[in-house]
Formats: sequence, structure tokens, C-alpha cells
Amino acid sequence: MDITLMYYLIPSLIMFCCGVYGFITRKNMIAILISLELMLNAVDINFVVFNRFLFPGQLEGMFFTLFAIAIAAAETALAIAIIINIFRVAKNIDVRDLTKMKF
Amino acid sequence: MDYSQFLAMKQEIGLLVVFLLVFLFDTFMPKKAQGSLSGITCLLFALFTAAGFCPCQLADADAFAGMYVTSPVMVTIKNILNVGVLIVLIQSCRWANSDIQIMRRGEFYELLLVTLFGMYLMISARHFLLFVIGLEAASLPLAAMVAFDKNRYESHEAAVKYILTAVFSSAVFLMGLSFVYGLTGSLYFAKIYEALSVSPESPMLIVALAFVIAGVGFKLSLVPFHLWTADVYQGAPTSVTSYLSVISKGAAAFAFLVILVQVFGTVYSQVWEWMLYAIIILTITIGNLFAIRQRNMKRFLAFSSISQAGYIMLGVIAYNYVGMASMMYYILVYVFSNLAAFGVISAIENKTGLVGMDDYKGLYKTNPRLSVAMMLAMFSLAGIPPFAGFFSKFFIFTGAIQQGSIAIYVLVLIALINTIVSLYYYLLVVKAMFISEDECKVAPFRSSCSERLGLWISVAGIVFLGIVSCVYNYLLELSASSDIFAGL
Repeated sequence: MDITLMYYLIPSLIMFCCGVYGFITRKNMIAILISLELMLNAVDINFVVFNRFLFPGQLEGMFFTLFAIAIAAAETALAIAIIINIFRVAKNIDVRDLTKMKF
Repeated sequence: MDYSQFLAMKQEIGLLVVFLLVFLFDTFMPKKAQGSLSGITCLLFALFTAAGFCPCQLADADAFAGMYVTSPVMVTIKNILNVGVLIVLIQSCRWANSDIQIMRRGEFYELLLVTLFGMYLMISARHFLLFVIGLEAASLPLAAMVAFDKNRYESHEAAVKYILTAVFSSAVFLMGLSFVYGLTGSLYFAKIYEALSVSPESPMLIVALAFVIAGVGFKLSLVPFHLWTADVYQGAPTSVTSYLSVISKGAAAFAFLVILVQVFGTVYSQVWEWMLYAIIILTITIGNLFAIRQRNMKRFLAFSSISQAGYIMLGVIAYNYVGMASMMYYILVYVFSNLAAFGVISAIENKTGLVGMDDYKGLYKTNPRLSVAMMLAMFSLAGIPPFAGFFSKFFIFTGAIQQGSIAIYVLVLIALINTIVSLYYYLLVVKAMFISEDECKVAPFRSSCSERLGLWISVAGIVFLGIVSCVYNYLLELSASSDIFAGL
């Protein structure tokens, strides 16, 4: 069987959509963070696959992916630190409870 | 590798030097000397800002195989940001030296300088890798700054809202970028531009561009990506809010213009003109309508800054160098007017802890100077002549009309009508301060030296920027000679 570009792109797109769905519906902040991680990883797959299949002569997409992974790690670390802060104050990490400020 | 190319990054290196000095001072100096940290930071940054105006900075140069460029326009927009940051630093002295914050004020200055470095990279990047690094360096430390008031619950809530939406928006942005990469095979702005001019229209490009606009739109808090803005502005410490609303927005707006023109310039009329058109109308109108019903001053300024972002975007949709010049001028004026408003708010908040609009009733009787500064800021934001805000709005409308199509005339008309709506809510504050007969909750007080200095600089900017016409002429000349629109 011939593995083409689409075999990678469609799973990555599904991953991205799952991430968006999870971001919108999940109530636990850690679960929201996991959904965000899914979205970022879908992006990484996209870059690598485009690079590998469409432009095999260069490495731009691969390098971009390396940086994107590092950035995603930084984002997660920071988000978890903030969520821990919230947990210390509110003893709870449910987003439905973040309602002190609203219009 | 040729290390001399680092010399092209004069301003970035200067900023890093300031950052390192502040960091070393904060870490290694004995306790006794620490008291002067705020003063030293302000002084170092003032020197750095002054160095930015040195004519030797105004040169075209690039580095790292064209990933980084600098030109007189870039230097100028960075200088505008520097002036704003300097005012923010001066105004935040009192807050940073308060008993609660004094332990960690070093971190505040360090994070602030790092985010500024990220914004520099955003402005100067000509490759999406560098741009994304700059974007993240500009937005991630800001989340830590929003969470700075460890003792206030709102600060944490705002930080969660900010970091989750920021990561979401950057994921969306990166997804769009991956489509652009798949279409064109490069991440260099110039190479994408070439590839798009060969094969302009494809459905994937439209999706990609929508994602990219959504991603940057989050940073700029354009409607419909604005929902985080009010909560984050309200929850964050006031110094951080002023930084977030002015500097971060100005840098993102300029970077947005560079991306849309230099990368997607060939598909202007086919694709993004109409996307931006709808976004501008929504941003200005919804920002205005929601601002009317706010009773908290920081939330109120959040919605006002949303609608101001819509006006700034008029300079992008104008798609010519006049639009760019007027956008830079608008950012400059916006820096001064918004920082004057935030200066008054933070002075009153530091003294009394009050931020409600009702608390400002009768302020003129107790604190006449602060209320006059606030009034000037509101007049400037609303665009009443002869203050700078009038001229910045005038120029940005002129720039947009130069584009020439009927649609843009309609857009400018809508923006004009919205200016009148915005007059209503800006004047509500003025009315509360001057006309209201109620007893004022804010007792007369004398604000600290740093706060007064910051306010004097901002008020001087509001009053004189409009009258001293050489500022706008200078920006116009710079834009006319810049190469940002050269490829068209």
C-alpha cells in the first residue's frame, strides 16, 4: 500500500479538531491543557509531513517543529504553574468556578 | 559564521544589556543597595531609550540570512514602544516598591524587559520561525506578569484566562502557518510572497489566512477574539494592564501590518481585505457598545482599547504608506493618552484601592490635578481637538480613504459614527469627575513623585503631539522611503 500525504494530514486534522472540541467542552483545567497540547502536536505533525512529502530537499519544517515543541513545553509549564496557584487559593481547578470577573 | 551580523541588532543587544544589568543588580547586590532597583531600572531604560534616537541607528541592515531586518521604520516603531515602556516603568515605581511587591519587583522588571525583547523580534522578523519565537517570548512572560499579585484572587483568574487563550490562539496561528508552509514551501516572508504571486488563489490559502488573522487577532484583542481582554485587564495589576494595553498592542499591530503586506500582499483584494473589513466594523462597534455599560474603570478601558484597536487596524486595511505612517502615529498618541488614563487609575488605586467609576464622582473637588489629567486623556482617546487624539484619528481616516474604494469610504463612515458613540462613554467619566454633586470617596492626597512624573510626560505628549506637526511629517517621510510596500 502506498502511504501518501493524506494518511498523515487527516489524522493530524482530526487531532486538531479534537483539541478544539476538548478546549471548548472540558471543565477541568488540566484537561483543557491536554487539549491544547493535542492542537500543538497536530501542528507539529503537519509541518513535518509537509516537509517530508512536499519539500524533501529542505529542513525548514523540521526545524520549525523543534522550536514549536520547545515553545509548547514552555507554555505548558507556565500554565501548570498558574493552575497550581489557582488550586492553592480555590482548592479547585474547575473552569466553571472562575466566575469572579464577568460582565 | 560571520559574527559581525549581530551588530545589525543594535537595539536588541542594548535591551539585553539593560536586562542583564537589572538582573545582575537584582540578584547579587546586597540588601541595602536593593532599594534603588526601581530607580536604576528607570535610569538604564531611559538611557537606552535615548540611545535609540541616535541617528546612527537609522540604517538598513539584515542578519541571519535575511531572517532579521532592521530599517529606519522599525527603529522608529521600537522607539515609540520604548517611550511607552519608560512611562510604564516610571508609573509602576510606587506599586513595585509597595510592601507586598518589594520582594519580587526584580522579576517584574525582568519579565517586562524580556517581553519587550520578544516584541522587537516580532517587529523585525522576516521569517516565521523568528516571528513565532518573538510572539511567544512576548506573550508567555506576560501571563506570569498578569499573575503577579499573588494575594489577589482576580489576578490568578485573569492569568488562567490569559494563558489558556494565548496558547489556544498560538496553536491556531501555527496551524494556519503550517498550511502556508505546505502551500509555498518556505517560511521566509519574501519567498512566500513570491510563491503566492505565482499561484494566488486556493481555498487552502483562505483557510490558512483566516487562521493567521485569528491568531494575531487574539493578541490584538480584535472582535471576535476579544473575550479574554476585559477579564485580564481587570484582574491584572494596573501597571501590567497599562503595559498590556499599550505596548503589547502597538507591537502586535505593527507586526500584523508587516505580515499582511509583506507575506500576503498579493492576495489583498481577493482574500484578506474583506476579512479585515468585517473584523474592523465588529471591533469598533462591539468595543464601543460594551464600553458603555462598564462601571469598573479598568474594564471600561479594556473595551475602549478594543475599539481603539479597530481604529489602529484602519491603518492596515489602508494598504499604503500613508496608512502605515498614520498607524504609527496613532500608536504613539494612543501610548500617551492611555498611559495618562492608567496613570491616574493606578495613582488612585495605590492610595485607596478604588477602581469603580462611581468612586470618581466629584473627584475634581478633592484631587483637581488628577481629574484634569484624566479629562485630557479621555478627550484625547475620544478625539476632541486640539488634543493629539483628534489628529491621530484624522490622519488614520485620511490614510484609509487614500485606498480609494467605495467600501473603504463606508468603513470610514462607520468608524466616524462610532467616534460619536465613544464620545458618550468617555464623557461619562468626565461628567462623573466634574459635574457630579456627590460626596467624593477619594480623599485629597498627594501622589508620589514617580507617578507625577509619569503623568506629566503623558499629558505633555497628549497636548503637544498634535500641535507639533513635525512628528507626523517625520513618520510620513520615513514610511514613504521604507521598503515595506516596495514589492507592490
